[in-house]
Amino acid sequence: MERSFIMRNPSVLWFLLALALFTLGVTILSEAFGVGTLSTSFIKTLGKTLCLCLIAVAMDVVWGYCGILSLGHFAFFGLGGYAIGMWLMYARTEEIVVNSLNEAAIPPTQQEIIDGIGTQIFGVVGSSEFPMIWAFSHSLGLQLLMVILVPGLLALVFGWLAFRSRVTGVYLSILTQAMTLALALYLFQNDSGLRGNNGLSGLQNIPGLDHLGQATISMWFFWASAIALGAGYVLFAWVTSGKMGSVIRGIRDDESRVRFLGYHVESYKLFVFTLTAVVAGIAGALYYPQAGIINPAEIAPIASIYLAVWVAIGGRGRLYGAVIGAAFVSLLSSWFTGGGAPSIPLGFYTIQWTDWWLVLLGVSFVAVTLFFPKGIGGLFDYLVRKDP
Amino acid sequence: MSTLLEVSGVTVSFDGFRAINNLSFQIGEPELRAVIGPNGAGKTTFMDIITGKTKPDEGRVIWGEKSVSLLDMSESAIARAGVGRKFQKPTVFEDQTVRENLAMALKNPRGPFDVLWYKKTAQGAEKIEEIAEEIGLTDELKRRAGDLSHGQKQWLEIGMLLAQDPRLLLIDEPAAGMTPAEREHTTDLIKRAAETCAVVVIEHDMEFVRRLGCKVTVLHEGAVLAEGSLDHVTQNQDVIDVYLGR
Ligand SMILES: Nc1ncnc2c1ncn2[C@@H]1O[C@H](COP(=O)(O)OP(=O)(O)O)[C@@H](O)[C@H]1O
Ligand SMILES: [Mg+2]
Repeated sequence: MERSFIMRNPSVLWFLLALALFTLGVTILSEAFGVGTLSTSFIKTLGKTLCLCLIAVAMDVVWGYCGILSLGHFAFFGLGGYAIGMWLMYARTEEIVVNSLNEAAIPPTQQEIIDGIGTQIFGVVGSSEFPMIWAFSHSLGLQLLMVILVPGLLALVFGWLAFRSRVTGVYLSILTQAMTLALALYLFQNDSGLRGNNGLSGLQNIPGLDHLGQATISMWFFWASAIALGAGYVLFAWVTSGKMGSVIRGIRDDESRVRFLGYHVESYKLFVFTLTAVVAGIAGALYYPQAGIINPAEIAPIASIYLAVWVAIGGRGRLYGAVIGAAFVSLLSSWFTGGGAPSIPLGFYTIQWTDWWLVLLGVSFVAVTLFFPKGIGGLFDYLVRKDP
Repeated sequence: MSTLLEVSGVTVSFDGFRAINNLSFQIGEPELRAVIGPNGAGKTTFMDIITGKTKPDEGRVIWGEKSVSLLDMSESAIARAGVGRKFQKPTVFEDQTVRENLAMALKNPRGPFDVLWYKKTAQGAEKIEEIAEEIGLTDELKRRAGDLSHGQKQWLEIGMLLAQDPRLLLIDEPAAGMTPAEREHTTDLIKRAAETCAVVVIEHDMEFVRRLGCKVTVLHEGAVLAEGSLDHVTQNQDVIDVYLGR
């Protein structure tokens, strides 16, 4: 008697169609598989943008649908990046060390190889010992598991403590900021085991795939990011539809009423918080191999605030709004801060967009909040007239 | 008629002010009871205690055949045990349709994963139709709850209570802001609900209470001042002094 979930949510199909066309278009214009109009670095920018869209969709679910203004989701994104980065760095360094030792007269022992890798990776922080947390770094499978487990467990424990104590609203936002700040400060230390402020680098070099070249690898990551965004979108569209969506939106609008209907509100918040954190981790794991480097500055508190700004500008409470906001603002941001936008000479003063972009973004955010609470996504309401 | 809920010796203080003072109260199943009393008498706080929103400083709240204490249970667990509550200010989910509001209240497993995998059933749809008919919102099922009139929202909220299949219904000032015709409909709804379960109605309006035609408990300064038929309590000198004779 029930129509399928996709049929009840035609916007999901439209989104997937648009994403597929975009992916196809980029492929045709790529260096590796097409006519070569788009540079490899631009492909990487687009692939990274898709990952940002994915975390924005997660942010929209936790904030726009469930009403939890988390200002810490970039911590989960960063942890996903670190988890995959550890394997990338280990396996890549192993290749280099094995190659160079093989040139020596006596074949190297296993211990010599491991010591060599340790010196290569941890030399910058004055160490050569592998810290405990690198125990699984030799295994791609285990580190991929970490991409899910580390952000998931952190979100589970943090959320359990916060929601159980009924911390809500602005207090919860502050608590999530504190979480991401504490994590960033910890990672900045040289003895954190993750190379302090150097972070993990060379992540664009995929072990064993050197012969393919960056042009091809960048396309692989672009496709993977597109698939992840599509899958994440469908997952979240499913979670926020039907009865689950009803309860989640109910919690956003009147949490105590939901409680008196017999729903254990804290479990629902924990579920949404943890699920979105896991997806954020996956998005990060796809993002950083395209960025090439991850360091603690990536999870500074401001990053998570930007995320909320993207979702607000795109239009919260609708998934495609989050995608539009993240894509639009992050691409615009790299255009302005990368010197793409021409300076405006005013005679007595020249507006340099590298300095003024943040002001423009701040003003846009305030304007959207005050005058267009539905954000850019709200424009679709004028296009599609819903029957009453 | 067996006792469903027994509140005994309950006291609550807010910053030293005793909002509920050694209150005792019993209700059987099925039974209809009206609770009246001047503003600030502690009527809403009394409901807060039963539903777990406020924890009392002293006293016991005992529920059901197994005589479990509601004081050790969370709000959601109390609701699942069979206590439904309607708030003084109508609180429905304005952003969702009438049908979605009712569907959320339907008695079904309430865990996140139960809800995630929940499939609509024919019985569920039937029950929603039934309740919509009962509360007079059959034609409004597809409308946003926020677009309903004040009276319709109150009914929707009562409908949500009925959908929960409760054993005890706590209804706080249902007739406030209603037209006379709407009040009449509301009284009918409440009386019919009370045929199968225990219902406690808080109301200011004497005419409304008279129409309910049930036992009345008068609260004053957090304690029971009088109890009995409406005629009985309205002739009580204490009641006349503190409330009716003002
Ligand atoms: N959370 C609270 N904190 C402090 N005082 C409260 C609180 N809730 C109720 N009160 C006080 O307790 C008294 C009883 O309130 P209430 O139960 O709402 O009365 P009624 O519903 O009978 O009008 C009032 O004086 C009110 O100010
Ligand atoms: Mg009251």
